[in-house]
Amino acid sequence: MTKVLMKGNEALGAAAIKAGCKYFFGYPITPQSELPEFMARELPKIGGVFLQAESEIAAINMVYGAAGAGERVLTSSSSLGIALKQEGISYIAGAELPCVIINISRGGPGLGNIQPSQSDYFMVTRGGGNGDYRHPAYAPATVQEAVDLTMEAFNVADYYRTPVIIQGDGMLGQMMEPVEFNEPKKRDLPPKDWATKGTGGKREPNIVTSLLLATQDLEDHNWKLDRKYKEIEKNEVMYEMYRMEDAEIVLVAYGTTSRIVKNAIETLREEGIKAGLIRPITIWPYPSKAFDEIPDSAKAILTVEMSTGQMLDDVKIANEGRLPVYFYGRTGGMVPTPDAVIAKAKEILGGVE
Amino acid sequence: MATEKVIMAGFGGQGIMSAGQLLAYAGMLKDKEVSWLPSYGPEMRGGAANCAVMISDSPIGSPIIINDATSAIIMNLPSLDKFENSVVEDGVLIVNSSLVKRKVSRDDIRVYYIKATDIANELGNSRVANMVLLGAYIEITKIVGIDTALEAFKKVYGPSKEHLLPLNKKALEIGAAEARQTNFK
Repeated sequence: MTKVLMKGNEALGAAAIKAGCKYFFGYPITPQSELPEFMARELPKIGGVFLQAESEIAAINMVYGAAGAGERVLTSSSSLGIALKQEGISYIAGAELPCVIINISRGGPGLGNIQPSQSDYFMVTRGGGNGDYRHPAYAPATVQEAVDLTMEAFNVADYYRTPVIIQGDGMLGQMMEPVEFNEPKKRDLPPKDWATKGTGGKREPNIVTSLLLATQDLEDHNWKLDRKYKEIEKNEVMYEMYRMEDAEIVLVAYGTTSRIVKNAIETLREEGIKAGLIRPITIWPYPSKAFDEIPDSAKAILTVEMSTGQMLDDVKIANEGRLPVYFYGRTGGMVPTPDAVIAKAKEILGGVE
Repeated sequence: MATEKVIMAGFGGQGIMSAGQLLAYAGMLKDKEVSWLPSYGPEMRGGAANCAVMISDSPIGSPIIINDATSAIIMNLPSLDKFENSVVEDGVLIVNSSLVKRKVSRDDIRVYYIKATDIANELGNSRVANMVLLGAYIEITKIVGIDTALEAFKKVYGPSKEHLLPLNKKALEIGAAEARQTNFK
């Protein structure tokens, strides 16, 4: 298949359509508005539905409805818009329905600004709504990876009956890179015999709900969800180990920040400093096992984020106190420079035996 | 090749973004790794516009250019003020001298002054000034050929603009010729 040059936001939409998504409900917000624009243009051509809802909350509840009818459905927004959707995401997780949600995040808290940011990490990895739930969250670093993971996300959503988040940032959404659309790996997907799309008078009605008033029923349901999340943790972890074989300093970064860190690693290596990168591709489930593969040469871990330190918590959990953990972050739409990362790495190694 | 990092800057409406896309597309057609990153902000028509294009043989790391541009194409004065010092030593700076009346203050880079807006007006369409400068850039760096740029033009602008191909070809060629005539001591 030939490559095309596409903007991240448009490529995400194209990937969703390629994955069989025919329904999009959303509300515009910078820096992801090209995505709904793309869907508005393309979905009618394939007999799908694009609907601009009156709010993000309405949009996610439309997603709830379409997912309940067993259709592949997408919504997208940015940061504060995703915050608004959390109520619906919690309902969808509780009702065990599949859908994909794209967050092209921007600076916060509140309205913040429209520049790239990774300060939604807690919201998308901890379950931003109420209740005991989780959902997979993918953090692509390139437009190609965004395409591949979006197609994969629809399969994962259907396989586990769960909402799935694609977590990008404004830079990924706005930039253009060559992409090609390859078939995702095949999964044996169960039939959607739970969908509420008419009984035809031939079966009992299916019920989609997150309401379980009896305490024992709800506890059973919570443990069932928990078993599902354990299964996802076992099967769906994705990460990249980059130049880790002899690393003295282990950098940890995801998404667009990982690209800046890779540049820093190249320069550090040219200067004789052995640096490597753990790049989580799933930020939930977190690739804790990558930290078991850190070579004995390693003296310290440096986490780099476009936040004041959110993934840092997961790094500390995964590290289990083995190595000293340091942090470098920029926030508010500021992007770390390779030089600043290099300086921090040198400072750490200078002070570590 | 080392990674080519190009800043293109001007005001909105000068075709900065599309010229950058065209260059990235041309690089991709030549099987290079490419990226195109726009500045984006709460800006309006006529405001500042710039983009960063990278072309390389190896995968692009960070798509951001921070004071390490190998080249810059500058279409107006505020952009020169902003990016004059973003170009590396021995790098290339191409200036639209129709609109930028001052000289570049650095002497450690190669500067090309091209009256792109005047040339475009003579061609009958001020909007091809971007192509004049892109033609110069292509001539100087030889990163792609004009034929590849024209191939990319079709992809970026689509079939509805294909009738403008001869005009844009002319603009690219004149820009290339202007670059050839620039002498360095």
